[in-house]
Amino acid sequence: MSSSKLDAKIPAGTIEEKWTKFRSTVHLVNPANKRSLEVIIVGSGLAGASAAASLAEMGYKVKVFCFQDSPRRAHSIAAQGGINAAKNYQNDGDSVYRLFYDTIKGGDYRAREANVHRLSEVSGAIIDQCVAQGVPFAREYGGTLSNRSFGGTQVQRTFYAAGQTGQQLLLGAYSALQRQVGMGAVKLYARHEMLDVVVIDGKARGIIARDLISGKLEKHFGHAVLLATGGYGNVFFLSTNAMGSNVTAAWKAHKKGAFFGNPCYTQIHPTCIPVSGDHQSKLTLMSESLRNDGRIWVPKKAGDTRKPSEIPEEERDYYLERRYPAFGNLVPRDVASRAAKERCDAGFGVGNSKLAVYLDFEANMMRYGQIEANKQSLQNPTKEKIREMGREVVKEKYGNLFDMYKQITGEDPYELPMRIYPAVHYTMGGLWVDYNLMTTVPGMYALGEANFSDHGANRLGASALMQGLADGYFVIPYTIGDYLSEEIRTKAISTDHEAFVKAEAEVQECINKLMSVKGTKSVDHFHKALGKIMWDKCGMARNEAGLKSAIVEIQKLREEFWKDVRVPGSADEFNPELEKAARVADFLELGELMCKDALNRNESCGGHFREEFQTEEGEALRDDVNYAYVAAWEMKEVGNWELHKEELKYENIKIAQRSYK
Amino acid sequence: MSGSGEKMLNLTLKVWRQKNSNAKGNLETHNVTGISTDMSFLEMFDVLNEKLINEGKEPIAFDHDCREGICGMCSMYINGQPHGPKQGVTTCQLHMRSFKDGDTITVEPWRSVAFPVIKDLAVDRSAFDRIISSGGFVSVNTGNAKDANNILIPKDDADDAFNAAACIGCGACVAACKNGSAMLFVSAKVSQLALLPQGKVEAKGRVLNMVGQMDEEGFGNCTNTGACEAECPKGISLENIARMNREYLSSSLTYVKK
Repeated sequence: MSSSKLDAKIPAGTIEEKWTKFRSTVHLVNPANKRSLEVIIVGSGLAGASAAASLAEMGYKVKVFCFQDSPRRAHSIAAQGGINAAKNYQNDGDSVYRLFYDTIKGGDYRAREANVHRLSEVSGAIIDQCVAQGVPFAREYGGTLSNRSFGGTQVQRTFYAAGQTGQQLLLGAYSALQRQVGMGAVKLYARHEMLDVVVIDGKARGIIARDLISGKLEKHFGHAVLLATGGYGNVFFLSTNAMGSNVTAAWKAHKKGAFFGNPCYTQIHPTCIPVSGDHQSKLTLMSESLRNDGRIWVPKKAGDTRKPSEIPEEERDYYLERRYPAFGNLVPRDVASRAAKERCDAGFGVGNSKLAVYLDFEANMMRYGQIEANKQSLQNPTKEKIREMGREVVKEKYGNLFDMYKQITGEDPYELPMRIYPAVHYTMGGLWVDYNLMTTVPGMYALGEANFSDHGANRLGASALMQGLADGYFVIPYTIGDYLSEEIRTKAISTDHEAFVKAEAEVQECINKLMSVKGTKSVDHFHKALGKIMWDKCGMARNEAGLKSAIVEIQKLREEFWKDVRVPGSADEFNPELEKAARVADFLELGELMCKDALNRNESCGGHFREEFQTEEGEALRDDVNYAYVAAWEMKEVGNWELHKEELKYENIKIAQRSYK
Repeated sequence: MSGSGEKMLNLTLKVWRQKNSNAKGNLETHNVTGISTDMSFLEMFDVLNEKLINEGKEPIAFDHDCREGICGMCSMYINGQPHGPKQGVTTCQLHMRSFKDGDTITVEPWRSVAFPVIKDLAVDRSAFDRIISSGGFVSVNTGNAKDANNILIPKDDADDAFNAAACIGCGACVAACKNGSAMLFVSAKVSQLALLPQGKVEAKGRVLNMVGQMDEEGFGNCTNTGACEAECPKGISLENIARMNREYLSSSLTYVKK
């Protein structure tokens, strides 16, 4: 049974009619009233920018906050491979139902059916909208849009723009946002960081933000507050997230009453450039799209130190093709990551650190070269000629990724196979939201990666972009009406209201506290220490003893942080160290909750792999009888949470052991 | 990392320090030792900042975020070149293997009237956002779109539009230009949208408005030096400037604002 404090507000009706009915019957706000309703949006990535543009177009008064110098910098920009949509342009059997099914299965049966079906339904309109904005997707010679494959699916439904799809989609949403800024419908606050939510009479009514240049705190009122602030992968210190990505906005909301859903669900992406040394500040992803054409292997002999080119075909172990013949190199991310870890742990890893596997393009370069030779009717081309032509095809598809790899490692991936290893990439967990994307605090919403809703325990590739834009363009414009239609009589509340004054004072006190510790160790010292605990004990594989010790270690580290952190400079100036310190303080609380959640979930599902719960073949072993629920945590005080459960009901998809074999 | 032949470097850095936009700045000298050739330029700055913090000094402020060459936030003027000596990379993707042991490296912020210094190496590039607001978009509200394959676009046009759209808005073009011109940045957006049927409807007004805003922000004019293209980390082509000039000329002769 679900907790009485959680009402997912899933509309009645069959899965196919829920969203259509909802849209047709949800309360509306008339244009005159929209003009006096103010909406605060924190974050300017795909979800935030698309929501801001859409709501402003509808007539709401919108304020957008981002900590970067421009909304275009948000980390959505770095998404490489593509965006899914059930268009069936390839005539290969795709449909809304199939995308829905793949997403539920890919999420290892831990996502909410109604939300995922809605996501599939609106996916096609996202592509239409982006094309209309001038997003230059890849095209075929006939002028139609091109598609490619991604993990966990057997159709080609991924739209892309070289290896820079996130950039192009974000610039589309950013353009739409800036258009509204130019028209005065959106007020933009760049280099501003949200440091608290203001709750009045149980409803979110505004935020406290810090102007990062002057250091001044500001109070902003809104009839509703939307958090589109991304994920919290940086709790691991090393991740593919941008340096500034953080949990602070979501965490402040959590501390003001928003429940945190499934915090332990972390996605470890299988294809990242391996760690090179202690100086490493972040990890770089090599897009999943590379698994379309790259074959993953390790030597069959443990500890083989030969160059990859000297290892003959029969002495290579293409372990994904061997273990999962049906999906091969395109198994979902959690499966591919664990398989890489298994091979490396068993001593088959490559490179100096032995914590890497090969991603090899040689076979496909030759295959593409042969196709090109056929196209050009070349008679008996040399092997070199074929390879050269194949290399050009690969370059057109993935050129920027190959360049990036070469730049970082100093090795040429056209000549040598890439060395890759899994790294923290995305967090499926996030603020608990109902069908309307509203958190447990009325008037406060969470969109995109910041919420928990659509990906269950594992996200499929090219679905983050889809969800971010679905939430912003096509979901929140409708669902927010359900709340704001009841708020048309609420006059703007003065920011002199005691709740604003109190929240501002609390933020000021926290800043003062950070500045006054004047300890001996840098913020990064604590962040790295936290990251190590999380990676070792709450990373790709977890167990009871490790999680229990991690909780104690994090508590100790948190205590030490508040006694010994050194934040240089002052609070009334541009001070990036102070910004980092405030974010790490929140990560130090979140890390404990993630371990607690992982400890509570006595099963393995998707990205959450508890070593105690696996099949004989080493696959994740779910416990659907006891754990088919969303774990929504309510904070009582730091270090003390109460668990609420939202039961997951599968009425349209038969819950089953996930198989990609 | 394996194969790259990691070496350790000792370097002298001359770094621009400036308290805030009103203060007078100066170059400050720092020595850093044991810098791995596998580090990125920004990781070298992390090491230096960690050292400064441990010594009780104030670390150097600089902008950075994604550290994979796509967000456009990092912006260091290294030995007289935006993003340093290597072609086609941003500062975050510049690795220390591009330097030699014993090198002296001078690091300054972007220099342009339109990009005032905020602190040390961080500058204010909000002028770029305002230029986009003046016309760098297609006026299509959410929900108005027809099926994405309704309008066929020749692959070559889509590819050219994509190449222009690959601009990351870092501002290296402005920093490289002796006139502090933003022509490459503006022309990349004008070109992208002019090349696509969706953008053609508003093409005339767009180019006039964006160029007008560019001038208002205090960017200089273009004298065809080509430094912008040479220093652009994303290889944005000068052809875009030529295309924008054509668009601008024909629009200013034929466009009547109603």
